[in-house]
Amino acid sequence: MLTILFDGIAYGMLLFILACGLSITLGLMNFVNLAHGAFAMAGGYVTVVLMNRYGIPFYLCLPAAFIATAVIGAALEVTLYRRLYRASHLDQVLFSIGLVFMAIAAADYFMGGQQQLINLPPELRGRLDVFGIGIGRSRLFIIVICAILAVALQLALTRTRFGSQLRAAVDDGRVARGLGINVSTIFVLTFALGSGLAGLGGALGADMLGLDPNFPLKFLIYFMIVVTVGGTSSITGPFIAALLLGIADVAGKYYLPQAGAFIIYAVMILVLILRPNGLFTREGGR
Amino acid sequence: MITRRHLIASAAAIAMLSTAVPSMAADTVKIGLILPMTGPFASTGRQVEAGVRAYMALNGDTAGGKKVEIVLRDDAGTADQTRRIAQELIVNDKVSMLMGFGLTPLAMAVAPVISQAKVPAIITSATTSAIMSKSDYYVRTSMAGPQSAVPVATWAAQNGLKRVVTLVTDYGPGHDIEKGFTDQFKKDGGEIVEAVRVPLQNPDFAPFLQRVRDAKPDAVFVFVPAGVGSLFMKQFVDRGLADAGIKLIATGDVTDDDLLGAIGDPALGVITGHFYSADHDSPENKAFVKQVKDAAKMRPNFMAVGGFDAMHLAYAALAKTNGDTDGTKLITAMKGMEWTSPRGPISIDPATRDIVQDIYIRKVEKKDGELYNVEFSTFKKIHDPFVAK
Repeated sequence: MLTILFDGIAYGMLLFILACGLSITLGLMNFVNLAHGAFAMAGGYVTVVLMNRYGIPFYLCLPAAFIATAVIGAALEVTLYRRLYRASHLDQVLFSIGLVFMAIAAADYFMGGQQQLINLPPELRGRLDVFGIGIGRSRLFIIVICAILAVALQLALTRTRFGSQLRAAVDDGRVARGLGINVSTIFVLTFALGSGLAGLGGALGADMLGLDPNFPLKFLIYFMIVVTVGGTSSITGPFIAALLLGIADVAGKYYLPQAGAFIIYAVMILVLILRPNGLFTREGGR
Repeated sequence: MITRRHLIASAAAIAMLSTAVPSMAADTVKIGLILPMTGPFASTGRQVEAGVRAYMALNGDTAGGKKVEIVLRDDAGTADQTRRIAQELIVNDKVSMLMGFGLTPLAMAVAPVISQAKVPAIITSATTSAIMSKSDYYVRTSMAGPQSAVPVATWAAQNGLKRVVTLVTDYGPGHDIEKGFTDQFKKDGGEIVEAVRVPLQNPDFAPFLQRVRDAKPDAVFVFVPAGVGSLFMKQFVDRGLADAGIKLIATGDVTDDDLLGAIGDPALGVITGHFYSADHDSPENKAFVKQVKDAAKMRPNFMAVGGFDAMHLAYAALAKTNGDTDGTKLITAMKGMEWTSPRGPISIDPATRDIVQDIYIRKVEKKDGELYNVEFSTFKKIHDPFVAK
C-alpha cells in the first residue's frame, strides 16, 4: 500500500519536473508550447549519448542534459519562438506541433526508432526496505531531486528579484520595459529554464519511462493534464496536480488494472468540472 | 526510296519491338517488401531486411530460372500506408509477391488488395492467429499465434511452477498469448493466480509489477513487445521480484537477441520459449548469423529469420512453378513446403498456410562475454494452438 503511494509520488514528481517548464511558458509567458516534450526528449538523448558513447557518469549527465536543452531552448526562443508571442494561440499550437514532428523525425533519423536504454549506477538500482515498505532507490533519488527543484523554483519565482521582474514583464510588458526591465532577456532566460527543466526531467525519466522518438507525443497529453488540472498561475498548482495524477495513475493501475489507464482522465474530468480553471487560479490572471 | 508504306511498316516494327521489352523484363520477378523502416517499429524493419538480404547473399538472386528483385518500401508502421503501398507495388511495379508486414494491423490492411489481385503475401513478422483467415493469399514464416506460449506453459507445469501470474500487453497478440498460455497451463494442472494486462502505451510498469509481487506467485509469465521488454526487465529486477522468489518466464520477445546485450546482466537466468535463438546450433544458423553480422553489423533476431525464411519460401515456390508467377500457382506451391531454416526444421501447413515449427525453451546465459538465449529443451512441430483445435 505504502509502496504504491511511494511509486505514485515518484511518478508524480517526475511528471512535475517534465511539465513545470510548460506551466512556466504557458502560465507566465502565455505561450502554448506543445513542443515542450521535444525538449524533454532532447535531454534524454543527451544523457543516453553521453553515458553510452562516452561513458560519462550519470550524475554528470543530469546537469549536462539541463544545460544542453536550456541552450537549445534559448536558441530557439531567440530565432523562432519570439516571433510568435503576439500570435494567436492557434498559430502557436500549429507552430509548436510542427516542431514536435520535426523533432520526432530528427530523433528517428539520428538515433533510430528503438527504445534507448541507460544503465544507472549500481547505488541507484534495487530497492531498500524501510519498515516493510519497499522503496526503489532510483525513485527515491528522483523524489529528492524533484522536491529540491520544486522548492527552489517556488522561492525563485516569489522571493527573488528575477521572479518579480518576470511576473512584472508578463503582467504588463510595456510598463515593465518603461521601468527599465529588459523584458526580452527575461523571456529568453525563462524559456531556457523551462526547457532545461524538461531536459532534466527527460534525463531522470529515461530509465523509468523509456525513451524513443515518440516520447514528445506520448507524454504531451500528460503534460497538458498536469498544467490544466494544476492551473497555470503558480508552481504550486502543477506540483499538487502532478502528485495527484501520479498517485491516481499508479494506484488506479494497481487496484483496478482493467480500468487503470483511464483513471488519470477521470480525475482530470472531475477536477475540471469542479474547478474549470484548475486547482489553483490567479485572480485576474490572463 | 522510302514510301509511306515503308514508314508505316517500320513504325509498326518499332512498336512491336517496344512492346517486346516488357516481356523481356518478365525474366525478372519482383518481390515487394513492405516494412516499417522508420518510426517506433524500425528495428523490426531493419532486422527483416537484413534477413532478406542475407538470404540473397547466400543463395544468389535467381530462382526458377528468373532473376529476383526486391522492391523495398517503408510504411512507417501505419496501416493505411501499408495498404496504399501494396496497391502501388501490385499495379505500378507489377510485383509477383508481397513480403514483410511488421504488425498485425499492417498485415490485415492488405487482405482485400491481395485477395483481389491474387498476389501472395508472405508475413515475416506479424503473429496474431486472426490474420490468416482474412485472405487465401497469406502465408506466414514468423510465428502462428501463441505458438511460443503453449510450450512454456507445459514446461512450467512440468518444472514445479504451480501458481503463475500472467502479465501481457493489452493488444491482439497479447490476448492471443495470454489465452494460449492460460489454456495449456490449466490443462497441465497449474493455477493462474491473476491475469494482468498492461496498456500498450504504458510508460511505467511499477504498479503492475507491484501487483504481481503482492500476489506471491511461483512465477510470472510475461509477454510484452520487444522494445518495451528491456524496460520491463530492468524494472522487474529493480523491484526485487527475483529476490522474492518469483521466476520470470516469457516468450522470446522479452529477451530479443537484438536487445539482449543492452538489457545486460539483469536478464541472466530468464526462461523463455521461442522459435529462434541466434545461439541455435546448426550449420544453417551459423552461416546465417555470420552473414548478418558481416553485412548489417548486428546480431539477427527472430524477425530476421522470418525474413530469411520468407525469401526461401519465395525461391522454393518459384523453383516449383518453374518461374511461373501466377499468384494462385505460387500459393499452391508454397503449401506443404518443408525445409531446414536457421531456426530448425519448419514447414507450411497446407490447410492454414501457417508455419509449423519447433519451439525451444531457452535460458539466458553468458557465452564469451555476450548474453545468449541458450536452448535446452525442444517441443516438436507446434501448430497454431487456436486453429489446430
